[in-house]
Amino acid sequence: MNITMTLILQAIAFAIFIFFTVKFVAPPLATAIETRRRQIADGLAEAEKGKASLVIAQKDADKIIAEAKAKAAEIVALAEKQRNSTIEASKSEAKAAGDREKAAAQAEIDQLSVKAKEELRDRVAELAVAGAERILKREINPQVHSDLLGQLKAEL
Amino acid sequence: MAGAYESPSQFIEHHLTNLTVKTDPTGGFWTINVDSVITAVVLGLIGFGFLYSISRKVTQGVPGKAQAFFEVLYEFVDTQIKDVYSGDRKFIVSLGLCVFVWITLMNAMKFLPVEWLAQGFALVGIPYWKPVPTADLNTTLALSLSVIGLVIFFSFKAKGFGGYIHELFCTPFGSFPLLWPINFVFQLIELVAKPLSLALRLYGNMYAGEIIFLLIALLAGAGIGGVIFGALLHAGWAIFHILVVPLQAFIFMMLTAVYIAMAHEHH
Repeated sequence: MNITMTLILQAIAFAIFIFFTVKFVAPPLATAIETRRRQIADGLAEAEKGKASLVIAQKDADKIIAEAKAKAAEIVALAEKQRNSTIEASKSEAKAAGDREKAAAQAEIDQLSVKAKEELRDRVAELAVAGAERILKREINPQVHSDLLGQLKAEL
Repeated sequence: MAGAYESPSQFIEHHLTNLTVKTDPTGGFWTINVDSVITAVVLGLIGFGFLYSISRKVTQGVPGKAQAFFEVLYEFVDTQIKDVYSGDRKFIVSLGLCVFVWITLMNAMKFLPVEWLAQGFALVGIPYWKPVPTADLNTTLALSLSVIGLVIFFSFKAKGFGGYIHELFCTPFGSFPLLWPINFVFQLIELVAKPLSLALRLYGNMYAGEIIFLLIALLAGAGIGGVIFGALLHAGWAIFHILVVPLQAFIFMMLTAVYIAMAHEHH
């Protein structure tokens, strides 16, 4: 195994291959890898930012929803109150109307019963007179006994 | 096919002999191991041509399968070198990629069946062809000396001429003038030991592996049982080399990166 000129030839070949690799083979790939690495890093950063803004948006949305809910509850409560007062009002109105009707009916009833009583009194007096006539078999003079009849009427 | 040779050792010797061309009648240093040079260059052309064809169509978007393969390779080298070197590592990563790809391809020639190659080349009238360029000390020394050349270049670049000369004479023991020669001797030993260890490690591993492949191939001379047993052994040894081949390339790449990273360090 002698050291020969082969060594020099191989060294020249090596130098050429190094030059070729350094100059032409490696740089495009290195650039591509570096660019892609940067792109990925940028993309990840963007995604992180997007995530953060999503959280903020979510918070905003939550706030708006909570506000809307509170407002809706307020409106419902107001409506409830309104309804209750309306019901109360119509109830009392109805009651008043009923009372009025009832009072009118009562008055009519009273009037009618008084009238009936009057009639009854007249009729009872007549019947009593008729009964007494039959018992005594003679006519009783109403004028003579008017004080008696009046007394009787008053008693009924 | 060991029968064609007079002895097993001759068979092994034949398969480990380079095809040489003498550029000077006296031979010696002026011979060229044509098989090593041609195999190494052709493999480099195939490997780097393939990577270059991927690199030209590279996209920043979704990579294709070829690009994904190249990116995995690049990221692998890049990750390793990131651990040992903290400066701008574009050049070192490219260098590491070059070293790793080329050495892996050259080592991978071991996977080709030894005897098929020898017989094939014999058919076209080529008497010798050693297929693994890294089993040739010339190749590994060329690689390691180039690396050390780069280390010295980067030492000057990072520390300046005066700075590196100062380091050569004043480390590791200190800047007292009487220590200058000792320091310089130590630095020289380091400068020699680095390329030698790089070159000999790769060469030794590949050469030894090749000898084992040839010994296994010799079993085929012992009849049908030897063929079957040899085939099994060969398969096992080749599977083991699936680990060894990239590992040796990886070690060479890492040491290259470490040495160049050390050249940038200030004492």
